[in-house]
Amino acid sequence: MSYTRPTFRHPEQQRNDKGYFRRDYEGAISTLCAGCGHDSISTAIVQACFEMAVEPHRVAKLSGIGCSSKTPAYFLGKSHGFNSVHGRMPSIATGANMANRDLLYIGVSGDGDTASIGMGQFAHALRRNLNMNYIVMNNGCYGLTKGQDSATADKGSAGKKGTPNPFESIDLCELAIELGASFVARSFSGDKQQLVPLLKAAISHNGLAFLDVISPCVTFNNTATSTKSYQYVREHSEATGTFDFIPLQREILTRYEPGTTQAITMHDGSLLYLEKLEQSFDVTSRRRSVDKLEEAKENGRLLTGVIYVKPDSQDTHDIINTTLRPLNSLDQSDLCPGSEVLAAINENYR
Amino acid sequence: MKPTKIENPEYFHKVIDCQYACPAHTAVPEYIRLIDNERYEDAYMVNWESNVFPGILGRICDRPCEPACRRGRIDEEPVAICRLKRVAADYKSAIDERMPKIPQEKNGKKIGLIGGGPASLTVARDLMVLGYEVDLYDDQQKAGGFIRTQVPSFRLPEKVLDEEVNRILNFGVNTILGHYVKSLKEIVDKGYDAVFVGTGAPRGRDLPNLPGRELGDKFIHIGIEWLAAVLYRHVEKTGKRVLVLGGGNTAMDCCRTARRLGGDEVKVIVRSPREEMKASPWEIEDAEREDIEIIDNHVPLEFVVENGVLTGMRFDRVEPKYDDNGKRSLVSTGEEPVFIPCDEVLLAVGQQNAYPFIERDIGIEFSDNGLPVIDPVTLQSTLPQVFFGGDAAFGPRNVITAVAHGHEAGLSIHLFCQGQDLHNRPHPMVKMQGQKMGIHDWLYDSHVTEEDRQEVIMVEKVKSIQDRLIEVELGFDHDRGQREAKRCLNCDVQTVFDPATCIECDACVDICPVSCINFTDNADEEPMRAKLIIPAQNRNQALYVSSSLPTGRIMVKDENVCLHCGLCAERCPTSSWEMVKFIYKAPQAGMK
Repeated sequence: MSYTRPTFRHPEQQRNDKGYFRRDYEGAISTLCAGCGHDSISTAIVQACFEMAVEPHRVAKLSGIGCSSKTPAYFLGKSHGFNSVHGRMPSIATGANMANRDLLYIGVSGDGDTASIGMGQFAHALRRNLNMNYIVMNNGCYGLTKGQDSATADKGSAGKKGTPNPFESIDLCELAIELGASFVARSFSGDKQQLVPLLKAAISHNGLAFLDVISPCVTFNNTATSTKSYQYVREHSEATGTFDFIPLQREILTRYEPGTTQAITMHDGSLLYLEKLEQSFDVTSRRRSVDKLEEAKENGRLLTGVIYVKPDSQDTHDIINTTLRPLNSLDQSDLCPGSEVLAAINENYR
Repeated sequence: MKPTKIENPEYFHKVIDCQYACPAHTAVPEYIRLIDNERYEDAYMVNWESNVFPGILGRICDRPCEPACRRGRIDEEPVAICRLKRVAADYKSAIDERMPKIPQEKNGKKIGLIGGGPASLTVARDLMVLGYEVDLYDDQQKAGGFIRTQVPSFRLPEKVLDEEVNRILNFGVNTILGHYVKSLKEIVDKGYDAVFVGTGAPRGRDLPNLPGRELGDKFIHIGIEWLAAVLYRHVEKTGKRVLVLGGGNTAMDCCRTARRLGGDEVKVIVRSPREEMKASPWEIEDAEREDIEIIDNHVPLEFVVENGVLTGMRFDRVEPKYDDNGKRSLVSTGEEPVFIPCDEVLLAVGQQNAYPFIERDIGIEFSDNGLPVIDPVTLQSTLPQVFFGGDAAFGPRNVITAVAHGHEAGLSIHLFCQGQDLHNRPHPMVKMQGQKMGIHDWLYDSHVTEEDRQEVIMVEKVKSIQDRLIEVELGFDHDRGQREAKRCLNCDVQTVFDPATCIECDACVDICPVSCINFTDNADEEPMRAKLIIPAQNRNQALYVSSSLPTGRIMVKDENVCLHCGLCAERCPTSSWEMVKFIYKAPQAGMK
């Protein structure tokens, strides 16, 4: 078995705007099962960070426990990382984000890590609209412990063991909208054409960008009876529309017909163009987004793409009005400015 | 694009760049793997079967394989294929037992070979094995031809040459040596079932019209004749200052030989710019290592002879000019001619074919360029029982091409003697062998090393230029041979894709270190090449295209820089990618 990947890369590979090659965003070789959807998501993260010219040392990867939470080892090998306790990724991310607001936070979690053991943590990170990308690699089963149904397994779906899941499933996207996430999207590990631009939009979003990525477990949950198999997802997914993510300062090359196109200006000035399939759908309306999710479910379809965006969202730092400088850069004189400053403050209240 | 026809043996053959580029189609990765396993005898035999002279070619081959080597496209330098061939030859133990048995009972057919060089010897080998009787004529006392008379011993020791030439002669070839064939008609009239002409391109070009040529004749020599004279010790020393005219490999042999016979100040003068010299880059390097100066863009004007003694030569300085079609002409810079003093001049300005022994009325047609009219596939001349090969066929090429001609001619002669259609040639022998041992185990070592090309060990210059019989290159030692062998990418282990089982999970796309695998909508070749993850700009390299997959997309793999690391197959959950060893043997006489 290969434990290393050859170091040779295509001689014609290009540098990005910051002068990095794509290989500068790669991690160690994956030890997940061959064909695992998670590996494709890792690659999509590599591609998105490369294309966005994110500096690898300005990224922190955070994860919990599970197959999905192993993946930060397989991308962005030159970035910071913290592998936390099961379900506790959001707390770690919150702490890190509070200490240094300047980094890009990529939190990776699974359906078990988020929808079961970490549900409470998940809810509160979303409420606070923490500035991070929260990616759930959702395979509907506990792959690391032999494939038991997880809380996102659809009712009636059956994995390798063959017993249909008797319980209702949690729709993480719907929940995320409910809980106050300001960017909600769903995608599929087998569709990088959709996933990479979604990740790029999430990177430029200010606030919590939640991505539910359906990622088939080839070993335990890629059966004909599973609703999270490659084949099922391909046959049943329905995108809210095709879209184009145009980073700031890039020329807009495509002409967009008014009416069916919705243009959303992101926090950093980038543009998200959504070519909608349905004219009346408005991705900035929470109510319409939840309706749309329910509607698709009724029709037996899986809604993918951008589901909800709040362009002018305020992240935790904005909400609690913290200092603009990262806390970890504040020294003694900043934190204890001395008795004169204290006297001045007190004077204000007299 | 249409799905690639991988059933066509030439598709995967072309992926093995080295083997495809080799005129004799030597199975390069196969023998390098055998060296890696320290199975030197097996490695030697893989070579011997296709190129007949592994020890010789491991030293003096023109190496068309190395510029083709895939490693050269991803790493700084290609695999040292030629020197590894020498490793196989140097480290092998006895191989006599492995040699094919020559039938005691002959098949009743008799073949005449004119010229004892590599082409004729190859024909002899291929036909002796099939029970033919073979007569070999050569004007020299020993067989070998060009590689004996013109390749200096410091590049190819006589011992190595004798071993491989004698191996064939010892199959029972009737040698008629020291016999110059004056008349082809005489040979044809002897009733041979077929005659093969492998007389090389024996005539060195002269510069008869250059002023001073006649006056300075004593000091001016034709390169190839001079090299032969050195071999036979008719020439044992040279003047201190020697000019060699010409930019090919013969020029390099001449200058380095002159350096060993007392030439302290040896210069090579080339008409063209240095980049366009015909000599192999490594031979130019070797010459320069021996303090030989190479002066380019100098066109000879005259030999300067004073009082019957050559004192030097005058040259016109030129610069290359290219017209719209890229055709080059050398235009004088208008500067004063340059005088370069010298004691002797060696002319290595090209070789020509000459067929003074072929009567023009025996049915062999000649074309306007003075070469016989030959079928390019069968090598048959217009006189049906006479075949040509090596430099005698299409003009000067190289040893490995002569060997390839030998195989083709052998095959033609065999078909001819059986009364069969010469154009109905056997197909190459092709085999596919799966390399899978377990989920992640392959029969071949798929690890891609980062090792740089190994430097060859050489004899100290001070010592080697004292004696023209000392071989300069010592070859790789055991360690270097092993390290170099590991650099081979195993391009013969093919990535074979089965669209029927693929679930389009992208695992192969994600793991491929060189991003050569794509799943995309179909398109014509040009737009397809442009839209791949990394555009496929090397048009000499094929795109491997699958039939349509369930999503309507197709798999497209750019073969250009595939490392054959097998990771796509390792990461494939459904074994839709398989690593399959592709064995290709070019047809030879007697092959079914």
